[in-house]
Amino acid sequence: MSAREKWVAFITIVIKEVRRFTRIWAQTLLPPAITISLYFVIFGNLIGPRIGKMGGHDYMDFIVPGLIMMSVITNSYANVVSSFFSMKFQHCIEEILVSPVPNWIVLAGYVAGGVARGLCVGLIVTLLSLAFTDLQVHHLGVVVSVVILTAVLFSLGGFINAVFANKFDDISIVPTFVLTPLTYLGGVFYSISLLPEFWQTISLGNPILYMINAFRYGLLGVSDIDIGIAYGMILLFIVVLFSYSLWLLNRGVGIRK
Amino acid sequence: MTYALEIRNLKKTYGNGFEALKGISLNVGQGDFFALLGPNGAGKSTTLGIVSSLVNKSAGEVRIFGHDLDTDLVAAKKALGVVPQEFNFNQFEKVFDIVVTQAGYYGMPLGQARRNAERYLRELGLWDKRNEPARMLSGGMKRRLMIARALVHDPGLLILDEPTAGVDIELRRSLWSFLQDINAQGKTIILTTHYLEEAEALCRNIAIIDRGQILENTSKIELLRKLHRETYVLDLGTKPERALDLGDIPCRLNDDGLLEVDIERRVTLNTLFERLSAQNIQVYSMRTKANRLEELFLDLVTQNKAEVDA
Repeated sequence: MSAREKWVAFITIVIKEVRRFTRIWAQTLLPPAITISLYFVIFGNLIGPRIGKMGGHDYMDFIVPGLIMMSVITNSYANVVSSFFSMKFQHCIEEILVSPVPNWIVLAGYVAGGVARGLCVGLIVTLLSLAFTDLQVHHLGVVVSVVILTAVLFSLGGFINAVFANKFDDISIVPTFVLTPLTYLGGVFYSISLLPEFWQTISLGNPILYMINAFRYGLLGVSDIDIGIAYGMILLFIVVLFSYSLWLLNRGVGIRK
Repeated sequence: MTYALEIRNLKKTYGNGFEALKGISLNVGQGDFFALLGPNGAGKSTTLGIVSSLVNKSAGEVRIFGHDLDTDLVAAKKALGVVPQEFNFNQFEKVFDIVVTQAGYYGMPLGQARRNAERYLRELGLWDKRNEPARMLSGGMKRRLMIARALVHDPGLLILDEPTAGVDIELRRSLWSFLQDINAQGKTIILTTHYLEEAEALCRNIAIIDRGQILENTSKIELLRKLHRETYVLDLGTKPERALDLGDIPCRLNDDGLLEVDIERRVTLNTLFERLSAQNIQVYSMRTKANRLEELFLDLVTQNKAEVDA
């Protein structure tokens, strides 16, 4: 395929993905808006003033970056895992398999779809947060780059989950038993400096901690970890997961007999 | 000569050890209307799955218009349109979007994709349904949607796996007519079907596959010549009072006045009618008991089963 044909194929997948999650907005865009609003009300407005400062900021200000990232992570993952698995389940994946579109374009298209939903939900949550606090931006470049890279990373994670999933139960196991605990323990609601030294060390093994702290640095200028290390971790995970996803696609794992 | 489809020594063994294809070879010429027939589990869908890149082959070569699947996959895929047996589109998407999206996967610019989609949706009588979600279509309409989708990138070779399964007679005939039209325009068509009268009505060349092996691969005319005996049903109006004597032509008469006669190839129908006329028997209508191809197909498959079992 020529470069132009590849671009058309890529845009086709992205448009299809965006059309899918906007068509079912009540399942994809509305629930995170309601859930995160409740977090803002309960943890920020009701409990937050009793907690006092966290990382040198009001508690509400401290949790906003974490909650935005939490919604980006869960939605970028959920979009790709549910969309790609549905394609397998309904055999629609055959539409792509019979076509000449290269595997890396397929992967890039689905990841872009996941990023689009992650950013869309992230934007909605950010706008909602403005009703509860005055959002400051310490470093716009860090904010934008971290949120996009994180969405890419978890879209890739969702893709790998979908490749191996054989039934609908399989697409909820990782989000429930891996993603949610890691997100909650990744410094959304607290600074790891509050933890005993042993648990601080353990927490450093949680990749989500790096993303949330990097994003928090972009907004508030505070972070529990070094920003350079955070970027390094995110990029390393992206390279590893992208390579693995592409290898799975080239081998036809889960999609070809 | 470049064939539309060229298969050489194609083998497929699934992970559970089942040998679905045992080294089949066949050629389909450009512009041909070709049928791949076989009982369930014969290897038809595996063959078409490999050709359409949905199934990984174990060994062998496949070329589409000379483009090898191993070395020139993009060109091979561009030349191929596939209509699968099962509905495999997103039931929640609109009809028009499904067809246009498929064109996009082939890198076709949006304007051209929309024009092609409109053309084929109109030709297949689906233009009025273009804004309906696919799940709202009837079974026959869904089959036509898959044909429009397979044609939207203008492939030279169209493969249809059971295209008229579960479709009513009127629609089946209209699909036949459509397929004959696009074949006349130059598209090569390969179909699998369980309706052997469909293969007899549409196809010029036929391959019969069973247990992963090609049993026959020849022209329809040549294949039908191999039929040694045909059974005809004659309506005599009422049952004759006297017993019938047709000499060496085996026959059976039922109470409704229907006479079944088994005609060997060496016996002409003139001989049959001469003998009936000699006994003053009137014949009001006549038909073959079973489709000719069906008889031959059953003979070949039964014979192959006996050989394999032995």
